[in-house]
Amino acid sequence: MRILKFTKGREVEAVKVHLSSPWASFAAILLATLWTIPTFGLFVTSFRPSTGINGSGWWTVLTNPEFTLENYSRVLFEGRGATPPLSQYFLNTLAIVIPSTIIPITIAIFAAYAIAWFDFKGRNFLFFSIFALQVIPLQMSLIPLLQLFSGGLHLGSVTIIPSFGITGTFIPIWLAHTMFGLPLAIFLLHNFIAQLPRELIEAARVDGADYFKLFRQIVLPLSIPAIASFAIFQFLWVWNDLLVALTFGGGKREIAPLMVRLAEMTGTRGGDWELLTAGAFVSIMVPVLVFFALQRYFVRGLLAGSVKG
Amino acid sequence: MLEIAARQTQLEQTISKLSSLVITVLIFAALVAAAFWIAERTSERAQRFVKYLIFLVPALLFLFVGLIGPAIRTLYLSFRDARGQNFVGWENYQWAFTQPEILDVLKNTGIWMVVAPIASTGFGLTIAVLTDRMRRPGLVKSLIFMPMAISFVGAGIIWKFVYQFQPNDRVAEIGLLSQIAEWLGFVPTNWILTAPLNTFLLIVVFVWIQTGFAMVVLSAAIKAIPDEILEASMLDGASGWKRFTKVTVPMIRGTIIVVLSTITIGALKVFDIIRTMTGGNFKTSVIANEMYNQSFRALNYGTGSALAIILFIGVLPLVAYNVMHLRRERAER
Repeated sequence: MRILKFTKGREVEAVKVHLSSPWASFAAILLATLWTIPTFGLFVTSFRPSTGINGSGWWTVLTNPEFTLENYSRVLFEGRGATPPLSQYFLNTLAIVIPSTIIPITIAIFAAYAIAWFDFKGRNFLFFSIFALQVIPLQMSLIPLLQLFSGGLHLGSVTIIPSFGITGTFIPIWLAHTMFGLPLAIFLLHNFIAQLPRELIEAARVDGADYFKLFRQIVLPLSIPAIASFAIFQFLWVWNDLLVALTFGGGKREIAPLMVRLAEMTGTRGGDWELLTAGAFVSIMVPVLVFFALQRYFVRGLLAGSVKG
Repeated sequence: MLEIAARQTQLEQTISKLSSLVITVLIFAALVAAAFWIAERTSERAQRFVKYLIFLVPALLFLFVGLIGPAIRTLYLSFRDARGQNFVGWENYQWAFTQPEILDVLKNTGIWMVVAPIASTGFGLTIAVLTDRMRRPGLVKSLIFMPMAISFVGAGIIWKFVYQFQPNDRVAEIGLLSQIAEWLGFVPTNWILTAPLNTFLLIVVFVWIQTGFAMVVLSAAIKAIPDEILEASMLDGASGWKRFTKVTVPMIRGTIIVVLSTITIGALKVFDIIRTMTGGNFKTSVIANEMYNQSFRALNYGTGSALAIILFIGVLPLVAYNVMHLRRERAER
């Protein structure tokens, strides 16, 4: 798809000034405010004491300001019975997100490079087949993958893949995220790598660089922007995922990420708004910071290949 | 004493989790480095083969084991009984299209597929057009776009709080929607329990997130419209609305359709919002949620797989359209 043109000529600016209207600005600002109010309400509520939260709406804080950090310290550091505090789930999320971002990107950039620059028949066909794999919804893989991870693969009495006993560890979650992330990753990275200047690649080949050196010294360093773009996607996707962690985590508390815990809390403790709002804010904070810091890359990735299937 | 012990184990767990994380990343890096080290020292003849082994085979293996193989197996399981032991023919599909609860699920999924994409794209297009006429649209766009970074679970909690209802009349409302209803002179109800209103309230959450996506993509398309065309229409004296319907929309028609189909795919697969906000109760369940329940709660792999296949058939034409659109665009380049 077309890449955004960020800079435009002077005449265009002139037209834009002519076109810009105070009414449009007013309506846009109104909508943006409307869009932000729910998040703002959560944010304010998470700092109010529980009596305040349950006694009056968050919009009354203007007349009755009363704030506390207790909700955060309670939800983050106080466990309840066998349930660990949220800080432990935060760590689980980190333990899931980091490998689940690094592994698919590595494998995808390898494949993207091979499809873009190796000379073999059916390259184009392979590329579009991989892209077309996005048709397969995650849901179609859940049951068979779960069976594979827990029981291995058998044909009759012959074991083709053993189970390795990885159930209950982070490994099935990493593997699942890797598998589900690959089609989009290969697609996005291939679009970028295929556009590297041909002369550059051929010159390096003439100089005697083999395909491995070529990758290390030229392709990889030049691909950093594309990698960053996809890394943000995958990071946000894995951080915010519930379904994969729920299915492949097997409900084990020791490896469950934030989202699984929060979904559980809304079910069982739907009335504890002081804990829920603080917990939700903890889970939202990291992706929103990443998003604001790297928005430009994120938008670029979005425009390059729509969204994940 | 107990608290100190709890703190102790927490600290231990923290250290063990972080160290296993670091070790995993290091092992993976070492594996990759070792593969390169060895490969670069093999003969040129061997490299012809080794380069495929290292660069292409891992991805193909993952795609086959993770997507293609399982998809075929799910198709197979959808014709088998709950444990996958006996062939049952079309029974699971018959079940899906005759059970009243599942028909409700399919109906809800239909509502999602129609309302969510149209609403998200409509809002997204409106905001894209409005911000295009602003001098400094940065902040407005960021605020509309921000929910895209928020998880469906987080968004579910945010909006559940908006929809919160106090059944006790003497207690002040703490949910914004209930309060607004009261201010406007209506009597608030327990919104989330009221079908079919609740399905639409859940769609609001999804639209709130997806509008940012629609806005960004459509905004880029609007910016790409050649300026001469806009100038010409202005010289012709076309009004703002006329320019919008006669110039802007026809020029970005292709992008609008891609945005619509992409969001429809998302709406078909929606799971987290339902699970967080209602758990699929009160007649709000959709196909992805029901698929999870059948497979991993009722432990019926037959019906679960059949629902996954129905989902697949729903997504298929949309993704096919997107792929074809992309191919055409590449061919034009």
